[in-house]
Amino acid sequence: MKHTIAVLVENKFGVLARISGLFSARGFNISSLAVGETQDPSVSRMTIVVDTSEARILEQIIKQLRKLIDTISVVDLTKKDFVERELALIKVNYEKSIQKKVKAILNKHKNTTRLIREARNEAIIEICATSEEVAVFVSNLSPYGIRELMRTGKVAIA
Amino acid sequence: MKGAQILLECLKREGVQVMFGYPGGAVLPLFDVLHDSSIRFILTRHEQAAAHAADGYARATGKVGVCVATSGPGATNLTTGIATSFMDSIPVVAITGQVKTHLIGNDAFQEADVTGITRPITKHNYLVKNVGDLAHIVREAFHIASTGRPGPVLIDIPVDIQTHDTEFNWPEEVEVRGYKPTYFGHPGQIKKAAKLIAKAKKPLIYAGGGVIISGAHAELKALAEKLCVPVTMTLMGLGCFPSTHSLCLGMLGMHGTAFANYAIMNADLVIAIGARFDDRVTGRLDAFAPYAKIIHIDIDPSSISKNVKVDIPIVGDAKYILAQLLEELDKKPDTREWLSAIEQWKTKHPLVYREGIKIKPQYVVEQIYELTKGEAIITTEVGQNQMWAAQWYKYNKPRRFLSSGGLGTMGYGFPAAIGAKVGCPEMHVFDIAGDGSIQMNIQELSTAVTHKIYVKVAILNNCYLGMVRQWQELFYKRRYSYTGLCNPDFVKLAESYGAVGLRATKKEEVRPTIQKALSTNNVVIMDFQIEPEENVFPMVPAGEAIDRMIGGMA
Ligand SMILES: Cc1ncc(C[n+]2csc(CCOP(=O)(O)OP(=O)(O)O)c2C)c(N)n1
Ligand SMILES: [Mg+2]
Repeated sequence: MKHTIAVLVENKFGVLARISGLFSARGFNISSLAVGETQDPSVSRMTIVVDTSEARILEQIIKQLRKLIDTISVVDLTKKDFVERELALIKVNYEKSIQKKVKAILNKHKNTTRLIREARNEAIIEICATSEEVAVFVSNLSPYGIRELMRTGKVAIA
Repeated sequence: MKGAQILLECLKREGVQVMFGYPGGAVLPLFDVLHDSSIRFILTRHEQAAAHAADGYARATGKVGVCVATSGPGATNLTTGIATSFMDSIPVVAITGQVKTHLIGNDAFQEADVTGITRPITKHNYLVKNVGDLAHIVREAFHIASTGRPGPVLIDIPVDIQTHDTEFNWPEEVEVRGYKPTYFGHPGQIKKAAKLIAKAKKPLIYAGGGVIISGAHAELKALAEKLCVPVTMTLMGLGCFPSTHSLCLGMLGMHGTAFANYAIMNADLVIAIGARFDDRVTGRLDAFAPYAKIIHIDIDPSSISKNVKVDIPIVGDAKYILAQLLEELDKKPDTREWLSAIEQWKTKHPLVYREGIKIKPQYVVEQIYELTKGEAIITTEVGQNQMWAAQWYKYNKPRRFLSSGGLGTMGYGFPAAIGAKVGCPEMHVFDIAGDGSIQMNIQELSTAVTHKIYVKVAILNNCYLGMVRQWQELFYKRRYSYTGLCNPDFVKLAESYGAVGLRATKKEEVRPTIQKALSTNNVVIMDFQIEPEENVFPMVPAGEAIDRMIGGMA
């Protein structure tokens, strides 16, 4: 099961290395990690998604995160009513023969997507939605040929 | 003030009286200021030894130990010592020089990414990028190293920062917003624990190094006596409860006493205090303490329910929590039957060894105990020597048994003894050593002799990497692959350093040798030529349930 954890950390160099080092040293898997400054420039916020079915592992992950000196707070959002978004940029095949079909898919997801650029048989598309919706959109597009894909990882707030 | 002066001023204000270390290019400004500082500096002969000495000093005194090294190889040499302190939660501040700020990341001469290398083996670390931050960082480092679950903290200081000038401001308060250890136990949890204890029929206290760190030995004794509950200890816990006490079951685990292991496997309540259910203690996890409810008292929340599911966790400082528990407990469990069952195990399966023609290592340790009247500080190396030192010397006070438990670092004992002796000059300090381990930091003879740090080293010389040989004997069909040692003449070796070397080859020579060492006002190496293939028993094979012991049973 996927768990979404919000972590406030000191905005100092090396903090990301401490977090990623913790995960690798203890053999925990990160599904995604997004990080950025908050309204307080001395604090960064991370959204970490971990995939584990074991309650014991999740508990250890949270405790180990809290143990880091540079960690200010750790909240398991999964237990809360939280809002999440993920942004993806997708470069797809946009040859004449399939433009219509791609447009139809875009239309189906019109509230969350945008065609940003069209050039030389390629298009760059943006989607900003829940991680699940992003996944669905990507799989809908994939028959037409995805050339590059960049996902930011989930950001979440409760 | 210059950075180096600020650093030393901060150290003094933190109460640092002694530092262990080794110089080099990236700490020249620091050493220049040290030259006329009131802080005592002990020049070791290897940075690893400086880290171990700082650790030994910290374990023996309870104060923060400090070690210093230059950048690159100096810093990497510290790492084994830092990791040793980390695994055993020992408060140490390690100071390393770094290349000039503008050269960082350039693969400069003697550059190593020391904060990167030590990130997983320190409680926290710092790279000082601004001389203005230095005082604050030092203050924070000591605070973090010595509070909560203690541990090593490293400060990496570029050489130019050591010479930069700034105004010195001593921060009176330290406030780290992400670091707020819990000290008092949650009253609700204390109540629940007290109820469970009152109902227990077969309760057992399992005490670890946390009791010593927290200084909770008096509270532990009061609790055990009030409730008539027996106490077993981990290797790290030895000394937190008097070994000669009638409620004491000695050490548990892989080389624990049979009766301690039987007790924990039959207990209906285990009260774990400052212990972390290490695999050397639990053996096969799913078979561990099968009938017991578990109360776990620990200051580190991440230790709780890490290996073993706990029924009542209580996060906080053992000293406070035990005091709270003592207050809360009005009903005592009836443990008479339980204690008499344990008494029977004790009589049936005592800790024993067989006499032989050659010197028995257990006998040597017993004699050291008798001749020091149990009042020495004992450090150990790693291997059989460590286990014999744990089994056969009776520790009645905390901070008297210093051993690398978590990391199991050969080469720890001798420099740690030096550190302990510096911290407790009035005490006898013995390193109970193996012939293999002692050679990992033998160069420290020079340090001890030069600085007149008169420690005594008892080498239990079996001409083997004995513990590894024991496993080869038991589990690899006696194929002794690269575990035989061809040793130097330890007596001559000692003499060449200006220390005293003594040798014992017969049982009758053991006591006179120890007596001679005790009355010698110098560093002494005792070469006890022991039965080469003596084993440490009882022993629980790795991965077995801890009541499946082999050997050593009367
Ligand atoms: C630095 C290090 N290297 C290797 C080991 C693995 N090891 C554990 S015990 C041991 C043998 C120790 O030999 P010795 O010091 O003679 O002690 P004995 O077991 O013979 O008493 C070895 C090699 C270790 N613990 N530490
Ligand atoms: Mg040996």
